[in-house]
Amino acid sequence: MIRTAATILRKDLRIELRVRESVPAMTLFTVTVYVLFHFGLDRDSLDGELASGVLWVTLLLASVIGVSRLYAAEREQGGVDGLLLAPIDRTALFLAKAGALLLFLVAVEIVAVPAFGLLLLGPGLGGALPELVVILALGNVGVAAVGALVGALAAETRARELTAPLLLLPLLVPLLISCAQATEPLLRPDQGPEDLGRWLGLLTLYDVVFVLLSVAVFDYLLED
Amino acid sequence: MYSKGLKPLAIATVLTTAGALALVFFYAPLDADQGFVQKIFYVHVPMAIVALGGFVAGGIMAIKHLRSGDPSWDLRSYVAIHQSIILGVGVLITGSIWARASWGHWWVWDEPVLVSFLVVFLLYCVYYPLRFSIEDPDRQARYSSVFAITAGAFVPLNFVAVRLAEAYTHPRVLSQTGGSLPGEMRLTFLVSLLAMGLLFVTLWKLELTSKHASAQLRRLKRRLADRRPAAVA
Repeated sequence: MIRTAATILRKDLRIELRVRESVPAMTLFTVTVYVLFHFGLDRDSLDGELASGVLWVTLLLASVIGVSRLYAAEREQGGVDGLLLAPIDRTALFLAKAGALLLFLVAVEIVAVPAFGLLLLGPGLGGALPELVVILALGNVGVAAVGALVGALAAETRARELTAPLLLLPLLVPLLISCAQATEPLLRPDQGPEDLGRWLGLLTLYDVVFVLLSVAVFDYLLED
Repeated sequence: MYSKGLKPLAIATVLTTAGALALVFFYAPLDADQGFVQKIFYVHVPMAIVALGGFVAGGIMAIKHLRSGDPSWDLRSYVAIHQSIILGVGVLITGSIWARASWGHWWVWDEPVLVSFLVVFLLYCVYYPLRFSIEDPDRQARYSSVFAITAGAFVPLNFVAVRLAEAYTHPRVLSQTGGSLPGEMRLTFLVSLLAMGLLFVTLWKLELTSKHASAQLRRLKRRLADRRPAAVA
């Protein structure tokens, strides 16, 4: 199953490398949203709660773009039929899609987080980086699991571009709470982690619940 | 098949609801702090508990549907979620009124239960566009079930998260179990909860019966329409 998943994942990454569709769009979107926040809030630099909220809301909104394009190739070119005809475990497709989304998010964050530090953040990013990387990694796992499930769920509906964000964003509220709360003390002028364990614990719980849940129900989305 | 026991259930619902109303207005003492407006508690809290229970029950029925492949479980799950959403509107309105009366604002962001309920409500509102934009009935049932299970598991997780986010800023006056309620209030509350639960089950059965009946009617009409041209010929 891992090998099958890796094959599908490689296929998705190759498509992304050749077409360059999701990741550039998501990255551009994050920078645009920073500019919007600069004018919307009329602030040159942010710190603390405001900074962590802006960062996380921007990243989650960018993930919506990735999720709504995640199954585009399968849907538009009839790739689903090919995958269904192949004698493979359906879970492999979920793992591959979640993995692809995870890598897309990492690629976006490599640009988006430094860009945030450069454009909007008052205090420097340097001191907060190790903790921030852990929070981002755990957050990405959650977004990838929920995104791969919701993308498949919305792919068969008529107004899929509308359904995906409406499903995804409320489901991500607990993730947003824990990520934003864990990041907030790191972005204060007097930096330092605070309550990190509690929020990372909640984040891990969220990740475990949604990975297991998605693996359990994903099969039923492809049963035809 | 769904109508079994509907009549006694309906009678029990009417009696319990009447009893609950009588207890609320004539038996339960006035709240020393909030006065008469606190009575909305006996509608608001049972409604919220029953709505959340309905969401979770919808998820469990959806599991049964996916396990057995029997579409009637999907219908049960749909009706349960549909009614919970309707109750959810009531919960948000009564909660808002209560918040206005006792805290002076229509909406209070530092009340974790209210906020988590809003998030859950927003998520479940997507159930309709999801369900009714899938035409194939078999796939509609399966996708709706997957949604119902995911959202059902999300309900408790969301409550934990929102509660944690507010835990140290807003002390709870009433604990969720009613442990700090005086005896008369607790009795009234429990009877109100029972009434609301019975109302939910009765309406659920009624809706299922009516859906079942109209499906049967459609089937009969179709058979009649099939037979008529043959008779003419």
